[in-house]
Amino acid sequence: MGLWRSYRLRIQRRRWLVRAVRKRRDLKVVADRTSQIRGRDILLVATMRNEDVRLPFFLKYYRDLGVNHFLIIDNDSDDGGREYLADQPDVSVWRTGKSYKRSRFGIDWVNWLLMRYAHGHWVLTVDPDELFVYPFCDTRPLRALTDWLDASSIKSFSAMLLDMYPKGPISAIPYRRGDDPLEIANWFDSGNYTIQRNPAFGNLWIQGGPRAREFFQDNPERSPALNKVPLVKWNRRYAYVSSTHMLLPRGLNLVYDEWGGEKASGILLHTKFLDTLTVKAHEELLRKQHYAASHEYKAYVAGLQDDTDLWCKWSEKYINWRQLEILGLMSKGNWA
Amino acid sequence: MTRVGVVMLVHTALHRAEQVIRHWVAGDCPVLVHVDANVKSEEFDRFKSSVSDLPTVQFSPRHRCEWGTWGIVAATQEASEIMLRDNPDVTHVYLASGSCLPLRSVDELHDYLAGRPRVDFIESATTADVPWTVGGLDEERFTMRFPFSWKKNRRLFDGYVSLQRKLKLRRKIPEGIVPHMGSQWWCLTRQTLSAILQDPDRATYDRYFKRVWIPDESYFQTLVRLYSPKVESRSLTLSKFDFQGKPHIFYDDHLQLLRRSDCFVARKIWPHANRLYDTFLGKSGTIKAAEPNPGKIDRIFARAVDRRTRGRPGLYMQSRFPNEDWENGVTCAPYSIFEGFSELFEDFDEWLSKATGARVHGHLFAPERAEFAGGQSTFVGALSDCAALRDYNSRSFIRSLVWNTRGERQCFQFGPHDNQTISWDIAKDPNAQISVISGAWAVPLYQSNRNFADLRDEAARLQKIEAEHLDALRSIYSKARIRIWTLAEFIESPMEALQTVVDEITGKSVRGLTEAPRMVDLAGFGQFLQNLKNQGMHPYLMGDFPVDPVPTNEQRNTRKPYLVR
Repeated sequence: MGLWRSYRLRIQRRRWLVRAVRKRRDLKVVADRTSQIRGRDILLVATMRNEDVRLPFFLKYYRDLGVNHFLIIDNDSDDGGREYLADQPDVSVWRTGKSYKRSRFGIDWVNWLLMRYAHGHWVLTVDPDELFVYPFCDTRPLRALTDWLDASSIKSFSAMLLDMYPKGPISAIPYRRGDDPLEIANWFDSGNYTIQRNPAFGNLWIQGGPRAREFFQDNPERSPALNKVPLVKWNRRYAYVSSTHMLLPRGLNLVYDEWGGEKASGILLHTKFLDTLTVKAHEELLRKQHYAASHEYKAYVAGLQDDTDLWCKWSEKYINWRQLEILGLMSKGNWA
Repeated sequence: MTRVGVVMLVHTALHRAEQVIRHWVAGDCPVLVHVDANVKSEEFDRFKSSVSDLPTVQFSPRHRCEWGTWGIVAATQEASEIMLRDNPDVTHVYLASGSCLPLRSVDELHDYLAGRPRVDFIESATTADVPWTVGGLDEERFTMRFPFSWKKNRRLFDGYVSLQRKLKLRRKIPEGIVPHMGSQWWCLTRQTLSAILQDPDRATYDRYFKRVWIPDESYFQTLVRLYSPKVESRSLTLSKFDFQGKPHIFYDDHLQLLRRSDCFVARKIWPHANRLYDTFLGKSGTIKAAEPNPGKIDRIFARAVDRRTRGRPGLYMQSRFPNEDWENGVTCAPYSIFEGFSELFEDFDEWLSKATGARVHGHLFAPERAEFAGGQSTFVGALSDCAALRDYNSRSFIRSLVWNTRGERQCFQFGPHDNQTISWDIAKDPNAQISVISGAWAVPLYQSNRNFADLRDEAARLQKIEAEHLDALRSIYSKARIRIWTLAEFIESPMEALQTVVDEITGKSVRGLTEAPRMVDLAGFGQFLQNLKNQGMHPYLMGDFPVDPVPTNEQRNTRKPYLVR
């Protein structure tokens, strides 16, 4: 990469950081327990809106993995989720009524919290419907992974978004607060993904899965990106550029091996396709706060009205991380 | 009587080190602890007082132990000297680290060593014979100087190495020694160790090794060759290294593996692996005389290194996206492409799947949809038959198809009607078996009921596309197994050609094909080609197809299917 391009990326990174600092004014403290954060704690940052029903399971899932502190931005929920979060002993909550879209889909807020609280920490940045799976997650806590990454001098860890869906119409089985969403949405597409390299940021651009298969047959290039780098040993000079799909400096995006080997990687099980989506899709369409003119939600509403079944004969039923490893969706790399 | 003294180098996880020290002491081993000078003094004091109730535990003066530098050797030397001086009944010295975990009881170790008197267990191999080193420094680590830290000043380190290479600077290796290297963790007898430490030339050796790269893996490994009556070149400590040269770490889920390995000590243990520490330090257990057998663990770690460096062939995913020519297999398994066969034979798909047992698709790259076998709208891995999705990244499509169906051979039809984007990809893929009957696309044209002017244009278009495709197949870059027949050649001896292709797919040529696919009626086809020629469009890809006699009204026998024997 030429000096000029690397200079421009540097300017861009600065711009996002300045923007993050500016957007901190959007955030109002609801519960600040950040003084509890200890030097080696693993943190989790999330932005959410009206996700109360998912919260109990979400917190339990990540506490069990070994997350020590949650930093959560609540974008004007009115379902009681914010109050629930504020009562948790290991959660700090900020509220904002400002535009999700104007903060680049929450990323400016997230960048601010990361800059302010995550410097020197391993931090997971996920959505409330994303469940992180990594090699040996059934027998080794998250700390084992981050220790290993530290020892291997690896700073960022990739986890592709894997869309999970139920068999049958997605509104057929209601999701109840506290339930494991994977008991309802436990099917996925194992091998219909497309990969391209993004020359500007060095990341891979992965698309496909059930959303491309069902909602984006006419314009596949608009189907959502599935590549994500949610786990990073944060430095206050880093910045997420577009959701958690890519970061700057661009070296953090090189989570893949180019010389034939496999680096270790995980999966984010995306449990979006529950009965709660139908309501949400309509609401989000009205709010027009989502990426690419809410194109995705338009497609859902069109597709979901007649209760589309994402399940097909070749869908795979989720068992565990080893299954995902064998299918080639994630890899143990040289962690054994 | 055999008595092992343990020299323990500690730098992190001090509470775990304390547990292990107690284990050694309980087995009647004196322990000499060296704590890295980088550990804070309050932490050191706390650690020291935590084991102050153990009279046989001593501490040696602290050195700064940076990875790959002399400090580790200096610390080991000094600690060993104290150990030998203060414990006259110690017969062996075992070098261990704070993150080493004893897997078997001390009594078992004593019995084992007593059964092999005067044997030194130390891995020691000459650089020329082993490919262990990481980063390209093997012999050079003994012939260059390394004054800069690899961890902290990587640029200076690398710069100085290349400068020395350029200027051809070489150090002299002291007379009488042959550089050897191996695992840092050893178990030496008093005789050998004291001979090394009291060598009259020790100052010379020390001066030399101070500037050698990673002396902790070569100092004792080299000098032991001077004094040991019997070197058993293996370490009693199970320690495996990955491709970056850092040790693999053991976790709770390795418990059974470690237990069955029968090794005496394992390194390195994750400090939070509670179950491992509880299990191995807690038991008294029965005494076994088993020989260490780390084979299974070796294989697991070797596979991990292989996965990291070579990966799974044909897999493209979030953490493996090889550059061109680094794929180690563009696709993961052989597959077959047939061009012109389904045009020439009426029931080719069925026939082929019967003859080979492979999965036979239609035209996967047809303009309307991917014609999966059995007309399915999705296929293994939930691949969609939607043409737009397929064409969005046709390279991913074919790679995914072959990856998803590992274990079952895929065959599909291809032709000039289809999307040609993958033309070069398949030509360059050694896993592709491509069989072409060139010019066969004209057969459906001949059978169709269309205006001749249209047919002529269509024929010209298809011929141009196929000619380009054949150029790719015949280029110097193509690596696929390619067979090209002109239509005229093929129909002269179709069974022979089919037999070759089928044999290659099934991998055997036991029996001749008993059943042939049904060829379409080609009567009048020669004339059709001649008509095209008469119109100025020369169909040359079919070869020299004989022109039939000008059709008459006489009744013809319907053609019988081909039968071999």
